[in-house]
Amino acid sequence: MSLAQMEAVAPEEAGGSLGRDAWRRLRRNPVAIAGAVLVVLFVAVALLAPWLAPYPPDKPVGQVTPTSIPGPSAEHWFGLDDLGRDEFTRVLWGARWSLVIGVVSLLLGMTGGLLLGLLAGAFGGWVDGVVMRLVDMMLSVPGLLFAIGVAAMLGSGLDAVMIAIAVVNMPIFARLLRGQMLAQRGSDYVLAATAVGVRRRRIVLGHILPNSLTSVIVQGTLTLATAIVDAAGLAFLGLSSNDPSIPEWGRMLADTQRYLSSAPLLAVFPGLAIIVAALGFTLLGESLREALDPKYRR
Amino acid sequence: MSFPSDSPADPVASGEPLLSVRGLKVHFPVHRGVLLRRVAGHVRAVDGVDLDVARGMTYGLVGESGCGKSTLGKAVLRLVEPTSGTVLFNGADIGGQSPEDMRRLRRHMQMVFQDPLASLNPRQSVESALTEPLRAHGFTGDRSRRVRELLDLVGMPSGAAGRYPHEFSGGQRQRIGIARAIALNPELIIADEPVSALDVSIQAQIVNLLEDLQKELGLTYVVVAHDLAVVRHVSDVIGVMYLGALVEESSSDALYAQPLHPYTIALMSAIPIPDPEVEERRRRILLTGDLPSPMNIPPGCRFHTRCPFRQPTRCADEPPGLREARPGRKVACHWAEEIAAGSIRAAASAHDPTATEVGTPSP
Ligand SMILES: Nc1ncnc2c1ncn2[C@@H]1O[C@H](COP(=O)(O)OP(=O)(O)OP(=O)(O)O)[C@@H](O)[C@H]1O
Ligand code: SF4
Ligand SMILES: [Mg+2]
Repeated sequence: MSLAQMEAVAPEEAGGSLGRDAWRRLRRNPVAIAGAVLVVLFVAVALLAPWLAPYPPDKPVGQVTPTSIPGPSAEHWFGLDDLGRDEFTRVLWGARWSLVIGVVSLLLGMTGGLLLGLLAGAFGGWVDGVVMRLVDMMLSVPGLLFAIGVAAMLGSGLDAVMIAIAVVNMPIFARLLRGQMLAQRGSDYVLAATAVGVRRRRIVLGHILPNSLTSVIVQGTLTLATAIVDAAGLAFLGLSSNDPSIPEWGRMLADTQRYLSSAPLLAVFPGLAIIVAALGFTLLGESLREALDPKYRR
Repeated sequence: MSFPSDSPADPVASGEPLLSVRGLKVHFPVHRGVLLRRVAGHVRAVDGVDLDVARGMTYGLVGESGCGKSTLGKAVLRLVEPTSGTVLFNGADIGGQSPEDMRRLRRHMQMVFQDPLASLNPRQSVESALTEPLRAHGFTGDRSRRVRELLDLVGMPSGAAGRYPHEFSGGQRQRIGIARAIALNPELIIADEPVSALDVSIQAQIVNLLEDLQKELGLTYVVVAHDLAVVRHVSDVIGVMYLGALVEESSSDALYAQPLHPYTIALMSAIPIPDPEVEERRRRILLTGDLPSPMNIPPGCRFHTRCPFRQPTRCADEPPGLREARPGRKVACHWAEEIAAGSIRAAASAHDPTATEVGTPSP
């Protein structure tokens, strides 16, 4: 008895839950920090764009002709766009649209997918069979192609873009949650909980679901990155809103490609913005995965 | 203990075994095909097991990896659904229980798992893991006092309550698993390889803990192990399992004095004996061939593909039932008496290139 007690008293480290443990590892991981910095930057810009932006996003603030588009200067850090608007302002505002489209489409897709996955995972049997065949079919089409199809079917516009991206992401979450639930359901700790008499409902809600959700959080973070890229892609292809006053990175890219020789930076800035945002969520998501994975635990 | 429904499945005359298993089979269907899923066969994990465990005794269940020990243990608690056969616990047939009745009944029969880390929810503190059974069965006493009491019983400090599984060593985790298993004051505990995942240096501590708890709480054990050495000292009765079935069952002492089934003889010959003279005299019995798949159990004697004593008659086509070859000793071998008497000897298989020692995992 005393030996075990001594063992147990010597603390490995000021202890905590898996969450706290993950947090500790996250803080020590430079990749996670880089990701977090980019994400915070992106979200802060998105939220504060109206106050950060030096000019209105939708009004010309200088003279431009198709052959002479002023580049970066002290007044206009990123120069002007083809309609004489401040490019820096528009990139800042673009973060806002990107975030809104990304988050809304993610939430839609995640909710739909999780419901499907829950249905399949909780009922099993033929429900599972039908849902998973559907999911397989959806996953067999490349994501962006699928989104283009859905958006085109819905007629372009922001709503169409968000729904299209949501639909594309749905099967990913459905499969993830269902797989996780199946894996947890057969796990020893669920058997152990059953053995000590925990009721089925509490096992699903208190054990299986929370343990399945970590990977959903990770997937959500990663999916936000692809949603932002997909949204830009759809906008680039002209499937987004056709209101030219909306500063959207993908659309900004598309609108300036005609001036690629005279004002190449106009494509660089929104392009970089897309990369930074997507990279931030990807790095954060990957390091979250690592931090939360019990296999990586000491 | 303060539980509302304190009616142990009506105590039968104490001469009755606490646990009685008859013809238990657990077959898992194996599916093939993606579009047209069909059953391609069955894994016969448990393939007709009879056993009785008397109250207060320790039944040691031994067999190679994959022979169905865990599945048997889970089927007894009906954590997996038996394909056929009956399990009587305290005289009550667990097959006929509704899920809710089964849930209540499991208060009296608990399990300690093979992998202590996997058996604990990583997101659940020790306190929560130990109060969960109490809550589930409507324990009316002081729960946190009970948690401290349980931790003390398994030799853990009360400070462990607020901690999480990953903060402990393997041995400590198993102590927590044991604390959870005794939380409800059960009568029967199935300890599924309780020490095989642990360091050798820790194994004895856990085995001792199980023994102490048995004395203190009057527990009945089924202790599962994959080698005889672990169960030898703790078991009153030992059952040897091969490919889903018992091939020998006997009191621990008698089994050690003279194993009767060829498989047990081979298992025993793999244990080093400290006495050099005995070690010198005895022969290593090596088994030929790989362990057959539980999807494809050999007909006749299930051991005949590897048996060094195999005879040209009966072995390959007539399944030997578990029979009482000597008083109190059950063997599933047609030739047990002749082998014991020495009139049938093991084929010299030591030079066979495919010969393997028992327990050597097949590639
Ligand atoms: N749910 C399942 N579905 C299909 N096959 C299973 C299932 N559970 C176990 N099996 C198979 O049944 C056989 C017996 O498994 P079991 O876990 O009972 O063996 P074991 O004796 O406990 O082995 P070990 O010593 O490795 O724990 C194995 O071949 C295993 O692959
Ligand atoms: S019945 Fe035959 S094959 Fe089976 S254990 Fe006995 S001797 Fe070996
Ligand atoms: Mg096992």
